[in-house]
Amino acid sequence: MAQSSIKKKPYGKMIVMGLISLALYTLLLTKQDLVNSTFAQGGWYALLPIITAFVFSFIHGSFTGDFWTVLGVEAARKKKEVK
Amino acid sequence: MQDLVPSFINLDAITIIYLFGVGFVGGLVSGFIGSGGAFVLTPGMMSLGVPGLMAVASNMCHKFPKALVGSMKRFKYGQVDVKLGVVLGISAEAGVLYGAGIQEKIKAAYGDAGSNLYVSVAFVIILATVGGFVLYDAWKTYKSGNSNTEEKAGKLAKWVQSINIPGTMVYFKAINARVSVLFTIPLGFATGMMAATIAVGGFVGVPAMIYVLGAPSLMASATELVIAFVMGLGGSLKYAMHGMVDIRLAMIILAGSLFGIQLGAIGTTYVKPFMIKVVMGVIMVIVLFSRGLMVPVYLAKLGIIDALGDTTVKLLKTSSFAIMIFALLLGAFIVLRAMWQGRQAERLQHAAGALEHGEV
Repeated sequence: MAQSSIKKKPYGKMIVMGLISLALYTLLLTKQDLVNSTFAQGGWYALLPIITAFVFSFIHGSFTGDFWTVLGVEAARKKKEVK
Repeated sequence: MQDLVPSFINLDAITIIYLFGVGFVGGLVSGFIGSGGAFVLTPGMMSLGVPGLMAVASNMCHKFPKALVGSMKRFKYGQVDVKLGVVLGISAEAGVLYGAGIQEKIKAAYGDAGSNLYVSVAFVIILATVGGFVLYDAWKTYKSGNSNTEEKAGKLAKWVQSINIPGTMVYFKAINARVSVLFTIPLGFATGMMAATIAVGGFVGVPAMIYVLGAPSLMASATELVIAFVMGLGGSLKYAMHGMVDIRLAMIILAGSLFGIQLGAIGTTYVKPFMIKVVMGVIMVIVLFSRGLMVPVYLAKLGIIDALGDTTVKLLKTSSFAIMIFALLLGAFIVLRAMWQGRQAERLQHAAGALEHGEV
C-alpha cells in the first residue's frame, strides 16, 4: 500500500475560525463610533486596542493559515538550508 | 501628546478594500523580507487623509500581531533566532521610545505638516542609503553567478565577530558566533528609532543583521519579525495610551496582511536567499521616489518654500501614489514569481525522483 504523506486538510477548523473572524470584523465595523470613542481615550483604555489585536491575530491568523493549507499552498517539502 | 485630539477618517467600502489590499501585499512582503509592509502602509494611510502620527501608530498596532503570526510560521521552518530577536528587540524598544518622543515634539511644534515632512524626509534618506546598498549587493550576487552558494559574512561582520569584550559576549544561533551586546544594542536602538519614525525598523534591522552581524538573509528576515513583535507591542502601547491608534484601520489592514504574511513566509522556503535582498532593495528604491515627491508639498504647507499651485500639488500627490502602488505590485510580483518558480522546480524534482524509483 502506498504510504501517503497527504495530511487531512483542516476544512472544519478553517470554517469555524473564518466565521468567528467574520463576526469580529462585523462587530468592529458596525460599532465603530463606540469603538473609536472608547479605544482612543488613552491611559488604561490603551489595553483595549492591544487585546483586540491579540484576539484578531489568533482567530484570523489561524483562519488564514488554514486557508492556504486548504488551497494546497504549503512550505517546500525539502528542509531549506538556512545556515 | 495628551492634548492632541485624534481625528478619525470615514470608512467606506473602497477605503476598506484598499486597506485590505495594501495590507495583503504589505503582509506578503513582510512575510518574505521580515518587514516592509509599513513603508507602503504608513504613506498609504496618509494618502487617505490620516495624520502622519496616527498612521504610524495604527500601522504599529497592526504590525505586532502580524509579526507574531509571521515569526511563529517561520520558526517552524527553522529560520528564527529567538535570542537574537529578543536581544535586539529590547534595545529597539528604547529606540522606539526615543523616536516617538522626537515625533511628539515635532508634531507639537509644527503640526501635521511638520510631522508628515519629518516622516517623508526620514523615508527618503533611509531608503536611498540602505536600499541602494542592499540592491547593489543583490545585483553583485546575481552577476557573480553565486546565487546558489551559501552566504558568507562580509568583512565588517567578520571584524565584529572577532572582537571579544569580556562580560558582554553572547552566542547567537543565526550567526553561529559570539558577538558583544555592545554591538547589538546600538543596532537595536537604530532599528527601534526607525520603527517609531517611519514604522519600518526592518530597513535598518535586517541589513544590520546581514552586514554588521553576519546573519544569513533568511534568518535575518525571519528574526526581524521577532524584533517587530517586541517593539511593535511596546510602541503600540505607548501610542494607544495617548489615544493615537485607530483600531479600525489597524484591524482591516491586519485582515489582509495575515493572508499575505502566511504566503510570504511559505515563499521563503522556495527561493534562493539573495531574493530577500532583491525584493527589499527594489521596493525601497522605488518607494523613495514616491515619498520624495511629497517633500515639496509639505515644505510649501510649512511656508518653507513658496506655495505650490493646486495643479502641481495634485500632480505630485497622484504621481507619489502611483509610484507607491507600482512598488507594492512589483514587490508582490517578484515574491509570487520566485515562489511559483520554486514550486515548479520542486514538483519537477519530485516527478524525477518518482520516475527514478519506478513509481510511475
